[in-house]
Amino acid sequence: MAYAIEIKDLKKRYGNGFEALKGVDLTVEQGDFFALLGPNGAGKSTTIGILCSLVNKSSGHVSIFGVDVDKDFAGAKRYLGVVPQEFNFNVFETVFNVVATQAGFYGIPVDLAKERAEKYLKKLDLWDKKDTQSRMLSGGMKRRLMIARALIHEPKILILDEPTAGVDIELRRSMWEFIKELNEQGTTIILTTHYLEEAEQLCRNIAIINSGEIVENTSVKALLKTISSETFVLDLADSIDSIELPNYDIRIVADGSTIEVAIDKGQNLNDVFEYLSAKQIKVLSMRNKSNRLEELFVKLIKGSN
Amino acid sequence: MSSGEIWIAFYTILRREIRRFMRIWPQTLLPPAITMTLYFAIFGNLIGSRIGEMGGFSYMEFIVPGLIMMSVITNSYSNVASSFFSAKFQHSVQELLVSPTPNWVILLGYILGGVARGLFVGAVVTVLSLFFTHMQLHNVFLTILIVFLTSVMFALGGFVNALFARSFDDISIVPTFILTPLTYLGGVFYSISLLPDFWQGVSMLNPVLYMVNAFRYGVLGVSDIDVTWALVIITAFILGLFYIGLTLLNRGRGIRN
Repeated sequence: MAYAIEIKDLKKRYGNGFEALKGVDLTVEQGDFFALLGPNGAGKSTTIGILCSLVNKSSGHVSIFGVDVDKDFAGAKRYLGVVPQEFNFNVFETVFNVVATQAGFYGIPVDLAKERAEKYLKKLDLWDKKDTQSRMLSGGMKRRLMIARALIHEPKILILDEPTAGVDIELRRSMWEFIKELNEQGTTIILTTHYLEEAEQLCRNIAIINSGEIVENTSVKALLKTISSETFVLDLADSIDSIELPNYDIRIVADGSTIEVAIDKGQNLNDVFEYLSAKQIKVLSMRNKSNRLEELFVKLIKGSN
Repeated sequence: MSSGEIWIAFYTILRREIRRFMRIWPQTLLPPAITMTLYFAIFGNLIGSRIGEMGGFSYMEFIVPGLIMMSVITNSYSNVASSFFSAKFQHSVQELLVSPTPNWVILLGYILGGVARGLFVGAVVTVLSLFFTHMQLHNVFLTILIVFLTSVMFALGGFVNALFARSFDDISIVPTFILTPLTYLGGVFYSISLLPDFWQGVSMLNPVLYMVNAFRYGVLGVSDIDVTWALVIITAFILGLFYIGLTLLNRGRGIRN
C-alpha cells in the first residue's frame, strides 16, 4: 500500500542562498495522525509549502498516495486539503462564497458545491455566518472557515499548519474533536503545532525537524518511552527552608512552599512522599513541570544544534 | 482534470472576477462613465464644434470610437492588474495554486474577467455617446473583433504587470506613465495626418494607434493605417503576452517561493 506521503531527499534553497531543507526523508502512513514539529524556521512550513505547491523544491522526490508530484501534480493535489498558518482567503467574499468558490477550482459542479459548503459550514458552526463578509469574522471563525474550505473537495489528507494559533481553549477542543472524527473516518491528518501537549494527545506518529533536517521520526509512544527523567512540581501547605533526601534531586522554589522533584528512571515518587510525610510536610497538589513531549523536544533540538 | 472539470474551474474564476467588479461598481464602472461623459461634453460638444470636421466626420463622431477604445483598454488592463495583485497581496491566490486547476485556465479566467469589464464599460460608454451623437457601424464584424482582441491584449498586459508587481504602486506605474501617454498619443483625439512627417513616423511605433484606428475603421470606415497591420500587431502581442504570462505562472514568478 502506498504511503499517504513519501518524501525523499527533499532539498530547498531560497533565492537568498538560505538552505531551508537539507535532504528531508519522511513517510506518513495512510490514516495516520501525524505531527511535524520543529522550532521557528526549522523547515516545517517549507515542507508543507512544497507538498501543496506553494513553494518550488530545489531537488528531491515527493509522492502523494503514490502519485509523483513531478509527473502529475494536479492528480496529487486532489488528495490534499490545506489549512495554512496565515489567513489566505479573499476577505471581501462572503463565508459561503469562499467555500463554494474553492469547490469550483476542483471542478465540483455548483449544486454539489453548495451542498458540501452547507454541510461543512454547519459542521464548523459557521452556517449562520454564511452571508457575512469573511473579514468580519473573529480569528477563531476565520480559522474554522479555512478548515471548511480545505474539506470542500473531501481530501484524503488534511494538512493543518498551526491550526489552533490564537484560538481559545473551548474552540480548540471542539476543533480537535472534529479533526479526530475526520481521522477516524479515514482522513490522514498532518499537523504542525507549537502546543506540544496537543501533539502528544492527538498524534500517533511524529517527526521533529530542525535546521532543515529530520532529527526524529517515530511513534509518539516510542518517543515518550525514551524519557529518562521527569520533573514534578509539588505545592506544599507550609513553607520549608531545607530538604534532604539522598539520591533525589529536589529544589525549593518561590517562597519555599513549592518544590521541584526530578525523578529519573528507577526512582519513584513514593520515596519522596514517605520522606515528606515523615517530616509532616503536607502536599496540596502535584503536576508535571512541563509537558513530557516538550522536554524531549527541547532536548532533541538542543542535541541537533 | 477532465474537460468538464476544467470548464467548471474556468467558469468559477470568470464568475468571481465579474462578481468582483460588479460588487465594487462605484470604483470600476462609474468613474469611466463620468469621465467619458465629460470628454463628450467638453471635447466633443464645446471644443469640437469649433474644430470642425476630421477625416470627413464631425469632431464628436471622430473621437467617439477612440474614447470607447480608451475606456476598454484602461479597464481591461486595470481589472486584471488590480484583481490579481490583490489576490497576491492577501495570499488568496493560494486558493488557486493548491487546486488542480491548470495554469492556462487560471490565466484564461483572469483574462476573460478583464475582457468582461472592458467590454461592459465599452458598452456603457457607447450608450452614453448616443446622447451626444448618432453612431453608424461601417463593419460590425471588424468592430467587434478589434475591440475584443484589444481587450484581451491589455488584460494580458495587466496580468503580467500584476505578476511582477510587489506593491500597489507597481500596478499604477504602467497605466500612468506608459498606457495613458500611449493612448492619448494613439490618435484618440486627432488624425495623425495632422502631424509633421517625422511625428507621423514616430506615431507609427505606438501600438495603440493601430487599435484605435482599426476600431475607428470598423465604426466610421476611416483609418490612418492599414487595418490588416493592426490585426497582425494585436495578434502578435496577444501571442507574446500569453506566452510570457503562462511561462511566468508556470515558474511561479511572484506567487511561489
